[in-house]
Amino acid sequence: MSLNIVVLAKQVPDTHNVGADAMNADGTVNRAALPTVFNPEDLKALEMALRVKDAMPGSKLTVVTMGPPRAAEIIKDACARGADDGFVLSDMRFAGADTLATSYALSQAIKQIGKVDLIMGGRQAIDGDTAQVGPQVAEKLEIAQITYAEELLEVNEKEISIRRRLEHGTECVKAAMPVLVTVTSAGEDCRFPNAHRLIRQAKDEVRMINADNIDADLDRLGLKGSPTKVKKIENVVLAHKESVVLEPTEAALDELSATLIKEHIL
Amino acid sequence: MNNVLVYCELSEKNEIADISLELCTKGRQLATRLGVKLQAAVLGSDVRAAAETLYPYGVDEVFMADDKRLSPYRTLPHFDVLSKLIQAQKPDIVLFGASSVGRDLAPRIASFLRCGLTADCTSLEIGSHEDVKNQKTYDNILMQIRPAFGGNIIATIVCPETRPQMATVREGVMKKEILDPNYKGEIIPVAVESTLEKADKAVEILSREIEEQKVDIKGAQIIVAGGYGMGSKENFELLHKFAHLIGGSVGATRAAVDAGWAEGERQIGQTGVTVRPKLYIACGISGAVQHRAGMEQSSKIISINTDPDAPINAIADYTIIGDVMTVIPQFMACYKKNLK
Repeated sequence: MSLNIVVLAKQVPDTHNVGADAMNADGTVNRAALPTVFNPEDLKALEMALRVKDAMPGSKLTVVTMGPPRAAEIIKDACARGADDGFVLSDMRFAGADTLATSYALSQAIKQIGKVDLIMGGRQAIDGDTAQVGPQVAEKLEIAQITYAEELLEVNEKEISIRRRLEHGTECVKAAMPVLVTVTSAGEDCRFPNAHRLIRQAKDEVRMINADNIDADLDRLGLKGSPTKVKKIENVVLAHKESVVLEPTEAALDELSATLIKEHIL
Repeated sequence: MNNVLVYCELSEKNEIADISLELCTKGRQLATRLGVKLQAAVLGSDVRAAAETLYPYGVDEVFMADDKRLSPYRTLPHFDVLSKLIQAQKPDIVLFGASSVGRDLAPRIASFLRCGLTADCTSLEIGSHEDVKNQKTYDNILMQIRPAFGGNIIATIVCPETRPQMATVREGVMKKEILDPNYKGEIIPVAVESTLEKADKAVEILSREIEEQKVDIKGAQIIVAGGYGMGSKENFELLHKFAHLIGGSVGATRAAVDAGWAEGERQIGQTGVTVRPKLYIACGISGAVQHRAGMEQSSKIISINTDPDAPINAIADYTIIGDVMTVIPQFMACYKKNLK
């Protein structure tokens, strides 16, 4: 027996290596100046999915991402590491999506793949850290979810057992397929790309899917389909650092604590 | 205007978790500001005693679902009960802990209700929002403030059109505070039997392993760290009081750990842990390069030191020249005063 597996992945700006030109003067993110990476926890999810495939030979693993056309890079990367197929959801109509609109687009795309047994993805992406898209995709597909997964324990054609993180400990759970699993950074590191696979697919074009291909309600996509709106953005870290030296007077400490409270730091 | 609802988590001892009490305190402030009731949802098994402990935090109504299938927490049974409760009550605001439970449940609920959800808020306020595009003003809505983009920016998020407005908050970010020990609230039982059957079957817990709570400063948003300049183990105790007051964790330099003033888990620096909190208060720390390597990415740094030329001052946003044992109590007093 084999499984139909989907891995959800995202190409993200490398927020851990932010340079001085990463922010525009108006406080928005200058994405062009940032290097991109395969979201680290999605790589952990890919490895867990590859282990499921190893245990269930003949399974098919499809990687799905949403983003600009250059996100095809991570599909190629994933295929070189062992995924069978993948595509990019890329369309200006997806732009500005919050997690609700993103999960809607992804779930519609997954429905086009057909009967899916197992969906895996990272717990969260390093550019948002929300951990919301996984559970929201599960809800939209009306399937069970296992979040904070750390280790694959057992899998067969009907069930999967996972060790997952709790606030103060771990638990082992068993779920019937279909199920969506999100994997934390405690998962196993992903295997390396295979040179033969890299060469074999060098000339292949990665499939691009748009909003017309996923039978979507256009009002639920992108900025339009996003209930959350960004009201204000303040740049905190990259602002030029100027050290203020204070004498320990009542007035100075009073002002400092008031400023920190006002700036939501305290 | 509809009410504010807090989803309460239970600890391993079947008590209301600290994070939920913190949210009730914040929820009370928001409800008072809006002139509405504060409601709480407690889902579990044998939870009446825990539910009753919520009143002193200013909770008016506790929706209590008591069923064996609701403990320990599993996504679908809690989702089933809570989503129906929210549909029936139509709260204006719903708050969850940004814990492994809240971050598992809240997004699924938001997806089902097709409403907005902001994760890991560090501040929640009531305010108004002007939408320039459709020229509409929204009054008395929830300002959801959170760091984004790896902590490099602070964003204010609003959900003007959809209800409820939902947010998660990490433990320790808000303060828990008893409003009135004799506050009168009521328990409203929620029937669950008819709907749980299917949700109960999806995921089975095979085993659970609960760990002793260890010191973990890596995720702290605020760190008060002490160095050799603290002078003694007794003086170091002041940092715990300070950290407790401002909702932070205590960190230490290698010198302070070696002197036996703090546990090894608290050591920050090259041979300890690396932290990037939104606020790092360095108390009596000279700032050796090994220590700086573990904390220089903090969003804001305050240094309290008698030596104006201490290397740490070069990377500090604010340097207070003075003795830690005088400056810290002074600062604590100012903070308490300004918080009001």
